[in-house]
Amino acid sequence: MSEKLDFNTPALLRYRKMRYLKDRLTTAFVGVGGWSILTAILLIFAYLLYEVMPMFAAADMKSSASFSAPANSRAMYMAMEEQNEVALRVGDDGQAIFFSALDGSVLLATELPFSSPSKVTAVSTMSEASRLMAVAGDSGEVVLVKHNYLVSYPNDVRVITPRLEYPYGEEPIVLADEPLTSVAISDGEEALYLVGSNGSQLFVKVFAKEEDFLSGEMTLEEVAVDAPNLDFKAKDMAFNDDQRWLFVLGERYLTIINMASAVDGDIVVHAREEVPNARSMEMLLGGISLLLGYDDGHIEQRFMVRKPTGWQMALVRSFEGDASGNVSGIITEQRRKGFLSVQDNGQVSIYHSTAHRHLLSKRFTDTAIHSWALGPRATALLLEDAEGTIQRIEIKNKHPEVSWHSLWEKVWYENYQEPEYTWQSSASNNDFEPKLSLTPLAFGTLKAAFYAMLIGAPLAICGAIYTAYFMAPALRRKIKPLIELMEALPTVILGFLAGLWLAPFMEDNLASIFMILVFMPIGVLLASFAFAKMPAKLRFLVPDGWQPALLMPVILLVGLLCVESGDYVELLFFGGDMRTWLTHEAGIPFDQRNALVVGIAMGFAVIPTIFSIAEDAIFSVPKSLSYGSLALGATPWQTLIGVVLPTASPGMFSALMIGMGRAVGETMIVLMATGNTPIMDANIFEGMRTLAANIAVEIPEAEVDSSHYRVLFLAAFVLFGFTFLVNTTAEIIRQRLRKKYGSL
Amino acid sequence: MEKKSKLNVSDWYKSGEPFVWLNAAAVALSAIAVIGLLAVLAINGFSHFWPKSIASINYLDPRSQAEYRLLGIDVDDATVSREQLVSSGMAHLVDNNVEIFQRQLLQMGNRDVTGMDFAWFVQEHYQSVDYPLGAMILERREWGAFIGFLRDVLEDGQVVASNTGEGEVDAATWATFETLLARSESIYRQIVDLEKGQIGAINYGMERIRLAERRIELDQPADAAQQLAALAAEQAELEAAYQGMQAQLIELYRAFERDSFTAETMDGTVVTLPMAKVVRAVLPNALSTVEKFGVYGDKLWEFLSDDPREANTEGGIFPAIFGTVLMVILMSVMMTPLGVIAAVYLREYASQGPITRTIRIAVNNLAGVPSIVYGVFGLGFFIYFVGSNIDKAFFPEALPSPTFGTPGLLWASLTLALLTLPVVIVATEEGLSRIPKALREGSLALGATKAETLWRVVLPMSSPAMMTGLILAVARAAGEVAPLMLVGVVKLAPSLPLDSNYPYLHLDQKFMHLGFHIYDVGFQSPNVEAARPLVYATALLLVIVIALLNMAAVSMRNRLREKYKSLEM
Repeated sequence: MSEKLDFNTPALLRYRKMRYLKDRLTTAFVGVGGWSILTAILLIFAYLLYEVMPMFAAADMKSSASFSAPANSRAMYMAMEEQNEVALRVGDDGQAIFFSALDGSVLLATELPFSSPSKVTAVSTMSEASRLMAVAGDSGEVVLVKHNYLVSYPNDVRVITPRLEYPYGEEPIVLADEPLTSVAISDGEEALYLVGSNGSQLFVKVFAKEEDFLSGEMTLEEVAVDAPNLDFKAKDMAFNDDQRWLFVLGERYLTIINMASAVDGDIVVHAREEVPNARSMEMLLGGISLLLGYDDGHIEQRFMVRKPTGWQMALVRSFEGDASGNVSGIITEQRRKGFLSVQDNGQVSIYHSTAHRHLLSKRFTDTAIHSWALGPRATALLLEDAEGTIQRIEIKNKHPEVSWHSLWEKVWYENYQEPEYTWQSSASNNDFEPKLSLTPLAFGTLKAAFYAMLIGAPLAICGAIYTAYFMAPALRRKIKPLIELMEALPTVILGFLAGLWLAPFMEDNLASIFMILVFMPIGVLLASFAFAKMPAKLRFLVPDGWQPALLMPVILLVGLLCVESGDYVELLFFGGDMRTWLTHEAGIPFDQRNALVVGIAMGFAVIPTIFSIAEDAIFSVPKSLSYGSLALGATPWQTLIGVVLPTASPGMFSALMIGMGRAVGETMIVLMATGNTPIMDANIFEGMRTLAANIAVEIPEAEVDSSHYRVLFLAAFVLFGFTFLVNTTAEIIRQRLRKKYGSL
Repeated sequence: MEKKSKLNVSDWYKSGEPFVWLNAAAVALSAIAVIGLLAVLAINGFSHFWPKSIASINYLDPRSQAEYRLLGIDVDDATVSREQLVSSGMAHLVDNNVEIFQRQLLQMGNRDVTGMDFAWFVQEHYQSVDYPLGAMILERREWGAFIGFLRDVLEDGQVVASNTGEGEVDAATWATFETLLARSESIYRQIVDLEKGQIGAINYGMERIRLAERRIELDQPADAAQQLAALAAEQAELEAAYQGMQAQLIELYRAFERDSFTAETMDGTVVTLPMAKVVRAVLPNALSTVEKFGVYGDKLWEFLSDDPREANTEGGIFPAIFGTVLMVILMSVMMTPLGVIAAVYLREYASQGPITRTIRIAVNNLAGVPSIVYGVFGLGFFIYFVGSNIDKAFFPEALPSPTFGTPGLLWASLTLALLTLPVVIVATEEGLSRIPKALREGSLALGATKAETLWRVVLPMSSPAMMTGLILAVARAAGEVAPLMLVGVVKLAPSLPLDSNYPYLHLDQKFMHLGFHIYDVGFQSPNVEAARPLVYATALLLVIVIALLNMAAVSMRNRLREKYKSLEM
């Protein structure tokens, strides 16, 4: 009597269609959603890489315009302003011409105020950034002139108005009464030094600077000095930044003249270096390093180093050019420790001193290059060749300071005695040489992780062995969650306790800590031996697998005894204070927040990670294996060593790896429990700075897209890559292990 | 019996027993470490609120051989050797034969009077110690605590009650003092309410008008003039309201500063203190235990519900609790659906080939990537890239000051969402994999589509697993500090990110966070000694919250396992 059901009524059909549609939609939604979420997660990797990659992008130079020089005279000096729009050209006819750096049109032409029309024979600046030039004429006069640029925005359009300024008056200074072939100027806080040479004799003038309090105007007071005679031809001269040294480049020798007491009229030749074939010379940004360009295209960086025997010039590094040709000029950057070389075969090369990099060489002309100007941002270059054509070249060179050498190897920084690993990124001024060596940070990271593992790993592994293999199930159910609760403890709390509680405690009770390390195992062994000696009746009162409960009072007692007697031990053996003893007697520097504190705190943080994975691995070894071994007469310990541990060892290994990964990336504990000084010293009583802590400290302050910022991203990328790799390996090992057990 | 007890060392060694015991010691040590750590936190954290007795100590200064009186609270004790004392600058000691000394850290307060509110003293130099009933400790809005004896109470410059000596304070005097204190406290609440609430709202409105004007200037719409006029009218209205409140505020401040009192410090100096500066006055030595519990509860409530004072070293941590909770809620809202969808895809829809396996391992391992890396990603990608582009597109009027192109609540929640996503994915997947195949097949066999099976059978059954994942994620997020330092927490936020000003939830604001509070107060504050108890209390609170969350997750996991045990055949 069953009614015939029609499953294909239009309503049901519609309903089924809806259901089908819904199913398809869900599939599509979950598919697309799932994929996009997973890609989004993996985007982290890609993004870090994206921020890091520009550091390794190659430099580039491109000629963007070419025009004829604004005058027919021979260019003695050229310079360009911040926006690369206006340039200055000082010709040998005494004309200073401001012209457009885009098309060469003349904006302002000024005759330099020599007392009689003179040919310009030499031009020199203290540094490009100071924009103060000393222009020497063939009459022996020197004009001090500064080129300056006013930027205004009428109608929201940028207008740059160039002008010449005479900070020490328009009156030229008479340095000699014959033509000067080279000139050097150094404008310090208190004195202005002016040096000229006619090729065989040095003319020195020193001026004490006096400021008029009312008008703020500077006046120069000449101090009479005696200059030594030079018995060689002086090609070029330069001062270092503190006006102590004058470097004079001759035909064969580089003469170093000590100007420290020049004000007293005492100018001494300090040393003479043989530099055959050196053709040109320039001071690197900051005025510390001297760059020497040679005949065969290579360039040397040198600076004065204080040795026990006195100041010496050190050859710091040498840069090879890739084609031979005289280095006719060196152009230094105004914001970074980079420089360019111009060779007389028309080739231009970009270098960076700290990174020891030769970034790029390119040839723009077949004739000799007479004059050049590099913008302050080092993004544009003007080259004037022998035919009077000016080429404008755009430079793309964002991160020259980063190289394998500067990140990971010993680098000889300016003002350092010798090459060192140093991380010191923050700049107090523009002349600062950033020291971006990741080595001390990587070292600190590994040091912290090592001490953490040294303390955490044995405890965690031994604990896991006991918990999984010997412990009574009732106790295990309590202990396991307790230790796993540690994992959830925020590391900021561990760090805070380590820094504010453990570190001072340890400083006061240093001897106690070491006594605990020694006496704890001894106490435990004694207690266990005593237990074994006890009559069986008493022993059987304690159920199997409850040893930890028995040991807790022992451990507490030993700990308490050690802490209480610590003061007396220090009194007996260390003259009352172990810390003072360590520093003064043993010669080991001691910081309150040191690697031992980090080791204990971070060891504590990695214990639960290692413990829970290792415990799982041991516990999941099939019982049949150990029963078989026990049945054959092995003791439980022999069974453990011979059967269980070998089977579980890959799992325990992966537990250690994951623990290591955690220790490497941990931030808050090291941030709070170390002094965060980036030192390279394995001393357990000194601190360190880790990669992670360094990122946390510095990245909020780092300028976006600067090399510093990108290096910090690189550090993050290294951390990411390292932990990801370690964890993946561990995971694969664990899965293999699981499969193996499955077959047993 | 004789034979059995003849155990020699080498047999014992061979049996492996010592190693078993050493392993047992490792477990015991770990357990002691956990319990000890929690105990240190609990003892220090809970004792912070307990009103401690004020000791009056006759102290013999060994250098000058002069005896003077100290008034202070014992905060910490330590034993030190002579050498340590000498190396810390205490060359003069009374007894030259003693090598080990007891040292006590006294909180003496009165930073404004003596400049030294905490100092160590050698207990061997104490001549006598007693606890005068009249000793009073004041918590103040600035300069930390004040410890001394109450003298005169002044209402509007007139002495209305007074007290002498160091014995028990006259009940009437104390009552007068407390009445005036309660009055000043209630006025203070009104002032805060006015300044933060109403005047804050007006300032917020003004800022919005300024931005709207700038927007009009940028966009140049056709009816710019009308819009500007409307804004100007609105501004005038706010201005008028502000003037009214300003007058009210001046009135309140006058009333607030009316009363004062004098008190004598430990060396006999009598100082006049304004009542307005006092938050709480307690005579700890005269309190009974029950009364002490009253003060305890009062301080505990202040800690949980009040704003911080004195560069975060005193007062409450309410903004930090609020910020942490709000951030965690936002994070959960963003992360849970995403995590569940990803897990469902991986387990139910993706073909279980090597690619899926690789992705699964990768997701698993993302949980092990250092949190600071997520912080760096959040800073670079969310803030500098996404945020600054949002600013350019939607908030050009506020430029150059960034709206979303700067660390804030939204970015912090997103960063933590990303950080905890793997946790939820892994937990949900685990839940999904535990659902017996038979159930799914049964549902499909009855004609349900895959989507219906998912909706009606699979997801409800795996919901406890999702909850477990969520709770674990919340616990992790609540304790995470390193990435937050880069993407949005600050030491002191001027206002809560959720208030009565439109749009109520300010996703672009910076906020305070419990974990960061611990770091900041413990390590960046100028007076660590004064801040330490508060840091312990904050740490304890954080641990309790996280422990509770974790226990909830564990019990939920166990319930889930029980539930499906019956289904597994």
